[in-house]
Amino acid sequence: MIDFQNVAYNYGGGELLTDISLRLPPGSFHFLTGPSGAGKSTFLKLCYGELHPTAGRVTVDDGDLRSLTRDQVAALRRRIGVVHQDCQFLDHLPVAENIALPLTATGHPVDREDLSALMGWVGLMPLAQHLPPQLSGGERQRAALARAVIMSPDVILADEPTGNLDWDMSLRLLTLLIELNKMGKTVLIATHDLNLIRSAKSQVPVRVLRIRDRRLQLAGSDL
Amino acid sequence: MTRPLRPLIDLLAGDRTADRIVPPTGFTARLTSFTAGAMAFLVVFALALSVAAGRMAERWSDALAQTATIRISAPAAQMQAQTDKVLAILKETPGVAAARALSDDEQKKLLEPWFGPDLPLDALPVPRLIDVRETATGFDADGLKNRLAAEVPGAVLDDHTRWRRPLVAAADRLRLLGLMSILLIGGATAAMITLAANAALAANAQVIRVLRLIGSRDSYIARAFVRRFTLRALSGAAAGTLAGMGAIALMPATDQAGSFLTGLGFQGLGWLLPLLVPPAAALVSFAATRGAALATLRRLT
Repeated sequence: MIDFQNVAYNYGGGELLTDISLRLPPGSFHFLTGPSGAGKSTFLKLCYGELHPTAGRVTVDDGDLRSLTRDQVAALRRRIGVVHQDCQFLDHLPVAENIALPLTATGHPVDREDLSALMGWVGLMPLAQHLPPQLSGGERQRAALARAVIMSPDVILADEPTGNLDWDMSLRLLTLLIELNKMGKTVLIATHDLNLIRSAKSQVPVRVLRIRDRRLQLAGSDL
Repeated sequence: MTRPLRPLIDLLAGDRTADRIVPPTGFTARLTSFTAGAMAFLVVFALALSVAAGRMAERWSDALAQTATIRISAPAAQMQAQTDKVLAILKETPGVAAARALSDDEQKKLLEPWFGPDLPLDALPVPRLIDVRETATGFDADGLKNRLAAEVPGAVLDDHTRWRRPLVAAADRLRLLGLMSILLIGGATAAMITLAANAALAANAQVIRVLRLIGSRDSYIARAFVRRFTLRALSGAAAGTLAGMGAIALMPATDQAGSFLTGLGFQGLGWLLPLLVPPAAALVSFAATRGAALATLRRLT
């Protein structure tokens, strides 16, 4: 459903991504890897319209992201859940309200039971009324994941979701993402954690992409 | 018709969730309330000035427009005959309600302030004055002047136009000045609230980023800020208006001093006029904040 056609991106100080063509089919599980500064975050931002390519085009369900109105971009982002490494919240609202924010901010009613179930799934039920600054790194990542999936999006994009987590917590988060993929969600994780990739490969069929020299390539069996 | 009013309807309807997404901030809240309050206070005074000036212009205009004076300068022997002739002409003139010649005593009293009580009126060539009262429709001043010039050459009609006009013009200018002050204060309020809104938007960049990321529409994000600023302006302006009305009410009454400054105030239903200031301030704040919020959001992807 997300389609990159000969995409290039230039920050102004030289080209970061060159001639990238890729299709992310529905229900697929991809890892995006590469050294720091290779353009992984930029690639993700191109997926949900925070950035626009300087050449080529990115389409979601055959719709060119560049031609979308601001309201259409907002609607698109409800179908794409994003988890950032430095996940940001509204620090004055309790965790439960932050997680439910995509629903409340779009006028949808919040089903308390569903919200509790979701918070239980990510293991944050006891912290429902805590404020985000009171959470640890792992708890923030799980809260961000819960917020990203509460609208039941078709696609989950995660940018270094385990960057600040210990291995046990990383595996726990990976398990949640694998469960979502098994529910039919498309998952794309940008990471440089090769162990995480190996662990995922042992559980679900994944494709590993690597950004090298500004281009995207399919990683070999070394991963 | 409904679509352009939608933001206003949404604002009035309120949204508990949207109200909560912007963290409570002390500085911009106080700044907005104070600005709206101070400006409302000034608007009440400008309004009072404008209303008083308008009232004064009307009063002067009405009072002077209802009277006229005819001055007859003639040799003593002909004075009475010319006076009678003028009174006869006035009797036939449409629009003249009443006319009478001032007695010697009355004229003496008029001249007393300048010449003292011992004025020998008989020995001086003092013109005879005729006081003319107009009907509501008034008379044709030019026609009367022409007729007097033809039939009683020594009679001169003074319908007070010469000195009534500048007085009324001055009062009208004063009223215009008051209205211009209100417009300027409104503009300054809009500018200051825009600055405060921009500061609040910049301080809440993270909130806006998060809301955009989760798929909130610009209108929803803007509404959260607009509603907060509008309500602050409304409450601040209400306080400022009440203070202004209180200050006006405490001014000395007109009949105590009789000057223009002490007549500065509202009368009767005029006291309802300042009550329009808080909603007007809220409207200005609504437009200014909405413009600032949407402009800021348009700069974000």
